[in-house]
Amino acid sequence: MTDILVLTDHDGAAPKKVATQLLTAARGLADDAAALLLGEGAQGAAEKVGAYGAATAYVCDAPEVDAHDTEPKTAALLAALEASGASVVLYPAEPFASDVVARAAARVGGGVIGDVSDLAREGEGIVATKQIFGGDMTSRCTVRPGLPAFLGVKPNAFAASEVGGSPADVVPLDVAFDERATRVRVVEVVEESSGGRPEMTEASMIVTGGRGLGDAEGFALIEELADALGAAVGASRAATDAGWYPHQHQIGQTGKTVAPQLYLGAGVSGAIQHRAGMQTSQRIIAINKDPEAPIFSIADLGVVGDLYKVIPPLIEEVRKRAS
Amino acid sequence: MRIICPVKRVPDTAAEKRMNEADWTVDRDASDPILNANDEWGIEEAMRIKERVDGTEVIALCMGPESAQQTIRKALSYGLDGAIQVTDDAVAGSDAAATARVLAAALAEEEFDLLIMGNQSSDARTTLVPAMLAELLDLPALTFVKHLEVDGERLLAHRETPNGHVAVETSAPAVVSVVEAINEPRYPSFKGIMAAKKKPLEVKDLAALGVDPATVGHAGSATQVLEVTPRPPRQAGAKVEDDGSGQAGATAIADWLAEQKLL
Repeated sequence: MTDILVLTDHDGAAPKKVATQLLTAARGLADDAAALLLGEGAQGAAEKVGAYGAATAYVCDAPEVDAHDTEPKTAALLAALEASGASVVLYPAEPFASDVVARAAARVGGGVIGDVSDLAREGEGIVATKQIFGGDMTSRCTVRPGLPAFLGVKPNAFAASEVGGSPADVVPLDVAFDERATRVRVVEVVEESSGGRPEMTEASMIVTGGRGLGDAEGFALIEELADALGAAVGASRAATDAGWYPHQHQIGQTGKTVAPQLYLGAGVSGAIQHRAGMQTSQRIIAINKDPEAPIFSIADLGVVGDLYKVIPPLIEEVRKRAS
Repeated sequence: MRIICPVKRVPDTAAEKRMNEADWTVDRDASDPILNANDEWGIEEAMRIKERVDGTEVIALCMGPESAQQTIRKALSYGLDGAIQVTDDAVAGSDAAATARVLAAALAEEEFDLLIMGNQSSDARTTLVPAMLAELLDLPALTFVKHLEVDGERLLAHRETPNGHVAVETSAPAVVSVVEAINEPRYPSFKGIMAAKKKPLEVKDLAALGVDPATVGHAGSATQVLEVTPRPPRQAGAKVEDDGSGQAGATAIADWLAEQKLL
């Protein structure tokens, strides 16, 4: 019997990076993990989960999955739980997957723990570790024995590794989509250009611009530095509120929580609401004119100076040393 | 149209948090409670509909201790028509699913077209309650919404994604959760603050809602907190004064990145 089912995001050809991390984590927790792949192209990616140790790949690529929001995926997840007998679901801790899982958990009376940074088997159960209150505290929590557990794992919490397993056994799921599963229709998917930059919550480096930029044009410099480093671009609330950069890039209490290998803040003062979204970053660099800016109290390296003077030669240095 | 805005009382982010070691819940007396900022965006969106659609009523729903009435009055000061409070000692320590069960029980007794709430609370930050609530009430949900159009029963929403949005449509009644980009909340007017004191507030306990106390609160939650420990505060590292040309600062950063093997 399968112990763990992994909600496996894919691009139609292979599992996505975060999914390979989840599959690797599942392998460390149970002898028998299975994957669930949903939507268009699921078949094409399914066999490949075998390389990460999942023996079985449940697949549902019915058109309803992409044409309707959330609920067909919940129906497929419940069908996969039934078919596999799994009692634990690992899913990527991102908003849309959380919705799918929240509905499933409410249906079956399970427990959901999101934003998990580490997992360990302890006795019969799995103990999850997560940062709470903006990283001020660490919580160890679990789902009561006997109840289905839905555990949302943060990107890069686990390093993906292949085990060279044989292609997974692909099992198509026969899911009946009733009226409730199709009551929210997807009208359009609108994607603005990411400029080829990595997604903020998955990036290993993030360059963040704040109020100190002074205007929207300042973000051109932030983007240039980000591109030199191969980093994502973040923004403080002051910058998104001013309309200088899109809200989805906001880091902090009312935006995203990030924990990259490197966070570089330029013109970011480091108000507590911002720190709540980035203070668990592995390394922090701050550039700010104000020597009293609170961000300096948590920065591993602080530069007191004008970001418009410091960043152009920094871009040159980065390009020079990277080549 | 009748809109209900579920709201939460949360500790101020800036305040120092303390945990009750008996059950690892937040010691809510240790810090000043405030209205969850994300729920203010929900209230603002509801008020904009009320101002546009004649006969619209907006009601707040809050689960929390009796002292949460201060937070409820704050919500009412935005011009809402009334509020429902669910208060019962047994709800303390409820996780997201148990919270959704209590709110769903309160909502099962209400007529409404829309539930509009923040995408998450600033303390627990799970984002789970809106979807769970929709599931328990058998309603469609439009979550993480940054743009909402209400045309009679027809609802069109833009759900925020990392690089744009997904446009989705459904029919009321529905659950809507909103993100910060949706609007700029107003400040309560003096008139609104005065009027809030006189708005009807209905208070219910679990018995009135027919909820078994064993299914909620600490004991009735599927998730269990085993331990909470403070993280050691970060230490400030090296601080370099730039020479005014930018080169000193740039070199210091590049050297440090190389030293950390990030370059």
